[in-house]
Amino acid sequence: MTGYYITGYCIIRNNEASVNGKPVFSAHGKNTREFFTDLYKFLDSDYPKFHKMDNLCKLGFLSSELILKKNGVRTIFSGSDTGVILANSSSSLDTDRMHQVTIINRAAYFPSPAVFVYTLPNIVIGEICIRNKITGEGSFFIQEKLNPVFLTDYIRCLLDCEIINRCIAGWLQVDGDDCDAMMCLIEKTDKPISGFVNFEPSVIRDIYNLRI
Amino acid sequence: MEKLVQTLKEEIIEALNLVEMVPEDINEEAPLFVDGLGLDSIDALELTVLLEKKYGIKIKTAEEGKKILYSVKSMADCIIAGGKAWD
Repeated sequence: MTGYYITGYCIIRNNEASVNGKPVFSAHGKNTREFFTDLYKFLDSDYPKFHKMDNLCKLGFLSSELILKKNGVRTIFSGSDTGVILANSSSSLDTDRMHQVTIINRAAYFPSPAVFVYTLPNIVIGEICIRNKITGEGSFFIQEKLNPVFLTDYIRCLLDCEIINRCIAGWLQVDGDDCDAMMCLIEKTDKPISGFVNFEPSVIRDIYNLRI
Repeated sequence: MEKLVQTLKEEIIEALNLVEMVPEDINEEAPLFVDGLGLDSIDALELTVLLEKKYGIKIKTAEEGKKILYSVKSMADCIIAGGKAWD
């Protein structure tokens, strides 16, 4: 019987990062931007485009790098049968504010292309897909808080309908120095996978509530 | 000219977030796009804004943009010529 499993997860918050429940990196006393740069260097990702991304994209990129690298599954989570389903509560507001600063004064109206290209939250999905050659379903939802039931139902529907066979899913919240990310790898398999947990709302909730 | 080229290199690094580069890494005569720094279309827009914001130069056509934004030197030449592109 086909089952859906969470085969890896990571959390980034409070200037710390963990993978599968184990702390892997911390850099206290830094602001969000500095922390992201330090984590990028730690991951040794060699992807110069990272430096051009806004903070939401950086958070998504770093979360996906962490979870795919540390679980050794980058080549598996690729192609048209992999989806990326994400959510947060502040959309791209962090970057929207930066954009507003550049257009608020009509006498000095210089919108920055490098900023306004990131004034949509789903751009982070594109960045993750480009990096990992993922061409499957992608959606970004704006919700007041993490909704494990919605997330699970939505992804289960995609898996049931065979639109995707695996998914990168999670919560990516960044607004100023408020940074909170949880990302999971979900896989469909005909055989139960030892050591992996069922893809259920309660498990998503438990992972999100884990302390690093 | 030399000072302007140096300033432009610093401004390009800052505007395009080329955090892993220093001005010495940029050859002022090398193409900025594709072969040289490997910049993309968003970077081209950012450089267009930079020229207008800092030097009051407005690029009017794509063809003009290709010439002016070819290299750091071509940008500096354009600034010195008061915003005129050349053939």
